[in-house]
Amino acid sequence: MVQELAHPFAKYLRAEMMPHIWCSGCGNGIVLNCFVHALDELQTDLDKLVIVSGIGCIGRTAGYTYADSFHTTHGRALAFATGVKLANPELEVVVISGDGDLFAIGGNHFIHAARRNIGVKVLCVNNLNYGMTGGQSGPTTPLDAITPTSPYGNVEHPFNLVHLAAASGAAYVARWTTLHVRRLTLSIEKLLQKKGFCFVEVLSPCPEIFGRYNKMRTGLEMMGWFKRASVVEKFSDPAKAEISADRIAVGEFVDIEKLSYERLLHEKISKINEKMMEKV
Amino acid sequence: MPRARTVLSGAHFMNGDVACAEGALAAGCRFFAGYPITPATEIAEHLSERMPEIGGVYIQMEDEIASLAAVIGASYSGCKAMTATSGPGFSLMQENIGLAIMTEAPCVVVDVMRGGPSTGQPTMPGQQDVMQAKWGSHGDYGIVALAPSSVQEMFDLTIEAFNVAETYRIPTLLMADEIVAHMWEKVVIPPADKIRTVNRKKPNVPRGMYQPFMPDDDLVPPMACFGEGYRFHATGLTHDENGFPKTSSTEVQSSLVRRLCDKINKNADKIIRVEEVKLDDADVVVVAYGIVARAALSAVRKAREKGVKAGLLRLVTLWPFPEKQVARVAEQAKKIVVPEMNCGQLVREVERAAKETPVTFLSKLGEEPHTPMEILESIRRSS
Amino acid sequence: MPERIKHAPLDKDNVKQVRGEIHLIKDQCKGCGYCIEFCPKKVLEESEEINARGVHPPKVAREEDCIMCGFCTAVCPDFAIYVVEKPEAKQEVKQEVKVVRHA
Repeated sequence: MVQELAHPFAKYLRAEMMPHIWCSGCGNGIVLNCFVHALDELQTDLDKLVIVSGIGCIGRTAGYTYADSFHTTHGRALAFATGVKLANPELEVVVISGDGDLFAIGGNHFIHAARRNIGVKVLCVNNLNYGMTGGQSGPTTPLDAITPTSPYGNVEHPFNLVHLAAASGAAYVARWTTLHVRRLTLSIEKLLQKKGFCFVEVLSPCPEIFGRYNKMRTGLEMMGWFKRASVVEKFSDPAKAEISADRIAVGEFVDIEKLSYERLLHEKISKINEKMMEKV
Repeated sequence: MPRARTVLSGAHFMNGDVACAEGALAAGCRFFAGYPITPATEIAEHLSERMPEIGGVYIQMEDEIASLAAVIGASYSGCKAMTATSGPGFSLMQENIGLAIMTEAPCVVVDVMRGGPSTGQPTMPGQQDVMQAKWGSHGDYGIVALAPSSVQEMFDLTIEAFNVAETYRIPTLLMADEIVAHMWEKVVIPPADKIRTVNRKKPNVPRGMYQPFMPDDDLVPPMACFGEGYRFHATGLTHDENGFPKTSSTEVQSSLVRRLCDKINKNADKIIRVEEVKLDDADVVVVAYGIVARAALSAVRKAREKGVKAGLLRLVTLWPFPEKQVARVAEQAKKIVVPEMNCGQLVREVERAAKETPVTFLSKLGEEPHTPMEILESIRRSS
Repeated sequence: MPERIKHAPLDKDNVKQVRGEIHLIKDQCKGCGYCIEFCPKKVLEESEEINARGVHPPKVAREEDCIMCGFCTAVCPDFAIYVVEKPEAKQEVKQEVKVVRHA
């Protein structure tokens, strides 16, 4: 019994799963919106699209998009996606996951997927905490932030995700916020057309939990921070793109041509088979 | 594109790990993701060479967790996929074994058991992971674990493992040990058309009507894979037949989890394999598996020479546990001897199935399995 | 002195400003307020009514000012609002033209 969702993007969504579970003001819905908008612009073949998500609020995205989708164990989305892509390189494999899933428990898989330059596209929705489980601090939680596991203020330095992605070898690295909806959509379109490992970090409001603990009680206040502090930069040094209260460097940081893993593997297999032919 | 032969039909002298790798290829495996670990490394090394020759994929992942995750991904993309590891890696893989079970992803996980616990004795044999094979991942589920006793069985049982995986949509475990994996014996590989392989059931409904986790009468749902246009969802969360999370429903949890157990338990008779040697009139029966069964066979023969009515029940399937076969043996035998290279694991299952019949447990740890003399001693003491 | 009109496009009388028609799926709305806040023409306001989620969805206060930028459609996390081009595309240009006098 599929209820009709009378929205132009309804064909990309699983109407029976709507409305989604995300809180009022949560940026996850905006990322989903931009993502399906990009699919619509490109008229992507949805039969060849595979969405892989990890555990977390954003992990539910796989269940909301009307394409083949898989919701993996915590942190393992990229490893799973690697298997999917290599087994069938014709598939467009997109990993949509969160800061904790991709960079704490999933950190090791991230750096290796980027290093290999496997043609999997990653949308990392960074809400600066572990939203699903109640807002605990994570690898992107800002210094001094209050969370249920850092009640006196976070004493860990957070990751600079674009720097990490660039240093690990990604072919495309960008950062936007959920306020930069147009540019985010364009980045996603670019990422879907590019070969190799592509990564977009999207800063996103978590008003119910992170916002509430850190004096940004409504989504509007957190979006206000994005508006105040964002600076659009073109291919600036990702190493200097740390997020602070005063400055959020957004834009594209890396866009290079680099042979993807599946291309290298395929070329190697062809060479080996040629040698076998010579022997015969 | 001409390729090297996938199935190396003929007689070979090879080691167990290589036989296992060749068995995988003969079964149709075209994806291997693994991480080097003694004593399973040779499986990975051999496949790194053979996979590209036949157009398959070999990838060395960053750890064992990633290896099994990639295998599950490849399985969902339609490939027969395998990974191989030993104790420490097997422990790491447990969470994803649960994922493979929950999402009913056919695949094969080889555990070449070594001395444990922890880093243990990487180059020494062990049988310390056999309970873990059944209970290692959290939650309730049914699993199939096979134990090869020879290099030929490393080849044959790997094919069997793939067939079971594809039939029941589970991660089948091949519980080998370091000796069977590293020893060299003759292997006869049949012609490709004589090798029985099974492929997963595919859906025969139109798109839009497909329910990815709606089982047939055999309790196994037909499996679509990515890119076929079915646009389905699969998750490790408790889900209904449509694949969507249902994390609050008691009814869904109960029916799903029980089906995952019943899928194997109710089909146990079709899955279980044992080898019976001289059991018809046996007073003392040795129940053994893996490399230890080789010594046990020798002991049983020697016992018979000395007039003792000994027999061997070799477990080829460890899980589901061959309860009926053990119970049958126990009805007739006066005593059961169970030698294991651990501190007492499958012997507990034997005791449970044997009921009143006394069971003697022979434990051995370290570099050597039980010698035939040690087992013979125990047989004679029991008779 | 002749008046020269600066800062005005030469074809200003022919350019049609695209106008939008806003559609609300009220029961999808969770009341985040993004569409209201970020509309560049302040077309939307919070309504008095309460939807099935117990929040005040937006209402279209000044549809004639909508320039079909599409921001509300893109920024809504809940697929509760979208804008389509108004069929009558030929709208008068409501531009303020600056007249600059030069000596």
